[in-house]
Amino acid sequence: MARVVVDVMPKPEILDPQGQAVANALPRLGFAGVTAVRQGKHFELEVADDVDDATLAKIAESFLANPVIEDWTVRRVEA
Amino acid sequence: MRVGVITFPGTLDDVDAQRAVRYADGEAVPLWHGDHDLKGVDAVIVPGGFSYGDYLRCGAIARFAPVMQEVIEVANKGMPVLGICNGFQILAEAHLLPGALVRNHKLHFVCRDQWLKVENNSTAWTTRYDKGAEILVPLKSGEGGYQADEETLKELEGESRVAFRYVGGNPNGSRNDIAGITNARGNVVGLMPHPEHAIDALTGPTDDGLGMFLSLLDTLVKA
Amino acid sequence: MIDTVKNAAATPDQEQPYRELGLKDDEYARIRDILKRRPTDAELAMYSVMWSEHCSYKSSKVHLKYFGETTTEEMRSKMLAGIGENAGVVDIGDGWAVTFKVESHNHPSYVEPYQGAATGVGGIVRDILAMGARPLAVMDPLRFGRPDAPDTKRVLPGIVAGVGGYGNCLGLPNIGGEVVFDESYQGNPLVNALCVGAMRVEDLHLAHASGTGNKVILYGARTGLDGIGGVSVLASETFDDSAGKRKKLPSVQVGDPFTEKVLIECSLELFEKGLVVGIQDLGGAGLSCATSELASAGDGGMHVYLDRVPLRATGMTPAEILSSESQERMCAVVEPGNVEAFLEVCRKWDVIATEIGEVTDGDRLVITYHGEVVVDVPPRTVAHEGPVYHRPIERPADQDELQANTPDSLERPDDLLELIKVMAASPNLASRKWVTQQYDRYVRGGTVLAQPSDGGMIRIDEETGRGVALSTDCNGRYTKLDPYEGARLALAEAYRNVAATGATPVAVTNCLNFGSPEDPAVMWQFEQAVKGLADGCAELGIPVTGGNVSFYNQTGATAILPTPVVGVLGVIDDVRRRIPTGIGAEAGETLLLLGETKPEFGGSEWAHHVHGHLGGLPPKADLKREKLLGEVLVAGSRDGMVSAAHDLSEGGLAQALVETCLIGETGARVFLQDDLFTELFSESAGRVLVAVPRTEEQRFTDMCTARRLPWRKVGVVDPESKALEIQDLGELPLDELREAWEGTLPALFD
Repeated sequence: MARVVVDVMPKPEILDPQGQAVANALPRLGFAGVTAVRQGKHFELEVADDVDDATLAKIAESFLANPVIEDWTVRRVEA
Repeated sequence: MRVGVITFPGTLDDVDAQRAVRYADGEAVPLWHGDHDLKGVDAVIVPGGFSYGDYLRCGAIARFAPVMQEVIEVANKGMPVLGICNGFQILAEAHLLPGALVRNHKLHFVCRDQWLKVENNSTAWTTRYDKGAEILVPLKSGEGGYQADEETLKELEGESRVAFRYVGGNPNGSRNDIAGITNARGNVVGLMPHPEHAIDALTGPTDDGLGMFLSLLDTLVKA
Repeated sequence: MIDTVKNAAATPDQEQPYRELGLKDDEYARIRDILKRRPTDAELAMYSVMWSEHCSYKSSKVHLKYFGETTTEEMRSKMLAGIGENAGVVDIGDGWAVTFKVESHNHPSYVEPYQGAATGVGGIVRDILAMGARPLAVMDPLRFGRPDAPDTKRVLPGIVAGVGGYGNCLGLPNIGGEVVFDESYQGNPLVNALCVGAMRVEDLHLAHASGTGNKVILYGARTGLDGIGGVSVLASETFDDSAGKRKKLPSVQVGDPFTEKVLIECSLELFEKGLVVGIQDLGGAGLSCATSELASAGDGGMHVYLDRVPLRATGMTPAEILSSESQERMCAVVEPGNVEAFLEVCRKWDVIATEIGEVTDGDRLVITYHGEVVVDVPPRTVAHEGPVYHRPIERPADQDELQANTPDSLERPDDLLELIKVMAASPNLASRKWVTQQYDRYVRGGTVLAQPSDGGMIRIDEETGRGVALSTDCNGRYTKLDPYEGARLALAEAYRNVAATGATPVAVTNCLNFGSPEDPAVMWQFEQAVKGLADGCAELGIPVTGGNVSFYNQTGATAILPTPVVGVLGVIDDVRRRIPTGIGAEAGETLLLLGETKPEFGGSEWAHHVHGHLGGLPPKADLKREKLLGEVLVAGSRDGMVSAAHDLSEGGLAQALVETCLIGETGARVFLQDDLFTELFSESAGRVLVAVPRTEEQRFTDMCTARRLPWRKVGVVDPESKALEIQDLGELPLDELREAWEGTLPALFD
């Protein structure tokens, strides 16, 4: 078994109101110096050893992310 | 005219879409998400709601439902298909329409009576309206912000494929104030506002929405 | 090692943490007496949670009896289910039954505003579903501390988002409610949630298990550690090292509205197919409550196999499984021959369903875990025969002083026109659009009236147009000044609001929010309020069909204002003849003020907002007058004589005029009597502002005179003017008024 992490982030040109709301709130909470925030999703998958990288890419691209508005990365990590 | 209305787990406005079809003297045919069966309908409505709880992304899971495979096939052959709110999100995820819907820019769910301009009155669902007509229809969504890249926007505008535009203020941050769009052929239309809730001044702000269902009737009669 | 009955019988002297679980010494002793041995861990958990204030109503039972004592046969005649059932049910005619109830979810909403409010909605919706009805609409009376307090900014947006997030996803239109600000709620916001549903009379389901051999099926979400809270003190008794490693979950339940939506559709299909004999939802106290209530209301006993309960956490003890408050679960009693069909429907909807037990002969609730008996109790002692307290009651020593401190000598301003604007923008009178815009009001296509109308109204029957209207009201300040009168006034206002829509009031629900029952002054307020409400209902001839009590709304020694929220349900035979709240149907319509105005400012919005004053007596409630007013309005709407109606309450006539003009987007020219301040700001009860077509004016006023309802012409509708014009004072342009009225909440919470 392997562990795979897929991170999905909104494309830079896409409006990210949630990230913006976080960035706006930080100064109000007393935290200075954070100039920008983007909010995305982090998926952790437990996969069988015979699931190859190409398949993982397909999973990310066709389901976990919406390529119209999101970028994605896939990486294998230590279990 | 037999109009299919799909129910996914979590769909809410199927009942209302069925009513709108009946008000336009059509026969509303309930379609189940799990069936590969469109029951020989003449048109399909993908209604509003929270299919699959909006898990992962709005419409991301519903678009893979067995019934949607059939919808994609008939849409590509020219059958009129209407996606309302969550339905629009599902059609976008299924790539029957370009772009995507994201969280409202102010982050709140917004329910309000919204003025829309009918920009394209030659789609299967808008022929009864005058071009440029302004209609008042409820908008009720949390993820209604229409997003697309510059190229897609240019294409939509250039080909007059924006079907409805918000007027009197942009309620959710949609690019170019786009409230609804159509495909190149004009048979597939998706919009965030709810025409099925504006079919009777008793229960809605106006009956301006009825025109979409009457337009379908005209389209089917002519076909 | 699991604590079994056998083990408990063999170890009678084992120490048990009953005090940590909230049980008193005498209550623990009574449990031992009932069982003739010490309780097992699981039994102790069950009794402690079912005998808590929230579940057993131990401090309120003796007072709530008064509702039953004052309900006449005639009042009962339309009730199909009353106090004690999951919700009250009323026959509304044409073969339709409507069920409705309001409940509180106050404390969880202070801890986790979004989830507290969300699960509050979820819980009340399941109660309605458990009556066999399709839930059709929701309403939410909300109360917060000072509007500008930092904690209010934490709590309010979260609660509103939670109410909307859960209700919208369930597909239930939100048609009304309240938002009230008062300092006394600062540490104790109130989240009361109402749900209304309908079914055909013959489809009413009651929560009881009967029929030996019938199966008990648990369906819905898996059971986890949600809301375990205090019960986890038992975990350390039965697990070795794993308990230390296990994460302590907060006492907060997390809701999933999608799961509940599917649960609703699945349940309705089960009802439709006749597959259910009895049904109970799992709310507070989870399985403990569902099993003991089903068993106790039935005519036999029950055997439950606890190890069959589908779990979503590992290593849960029987006590934890029984106490879990995981959401979106229901318990059904099903004839053996229908079990397969039942499971088939659940499979279609992808709902987990598990046969966990059966109805047995005898009268015990027996629960086994992997073959060992862990619970063996008489269910009635758990569910219905909990402790009954007779808490001390004492009228507060300072009540006389409070009532003597009248607002009569408070300074009144010269510029009344300016005051109208100031009051309209005050947080308790300002437009609630910022809140209500986050709620779907349209889903299901049956909403005919919603906020800011006086009442919410939905159509029940699409063919005949038959519908119902609802309103929830309470003025905590009036109730503090005089709890008996305050409760009557809450009833009066809800009754009046329903009548103002053209519907005939038929039934009442209530959510009694009070401070600590250990405070004799609070118990006095409670006792008085219950009496006031019950006597009022008897006078109006409409019954209380169910309700909820929430005690311990108190921060330190400061209790909240006594807040008995009253919900009234009305019936209208055809929603098409409902009366809207805003003027503007026609130009030149006559504005009439029905009822009488006296100088009554005790507890008024003006005294509160301008002077921070609370003292004197509240306005007098005259329920005979309210009944007459209601009859006139219903007759008026039936005969097309009334084109708009707006009740007068907080803010008096000034506020009613502002609202009816802004809601109708139409101006008016108004002329009042000499004491303009009293005319505009008194909060005398029993008054409604109506707009009547000129052609109907004579007929309508003749009817009022004949029925002895005082009336007075106060102005005309004037769309041309685009202002609210008051003779001898001047004019307030509508756009200026709108800016004031609609600007307050966004400025505070955006």
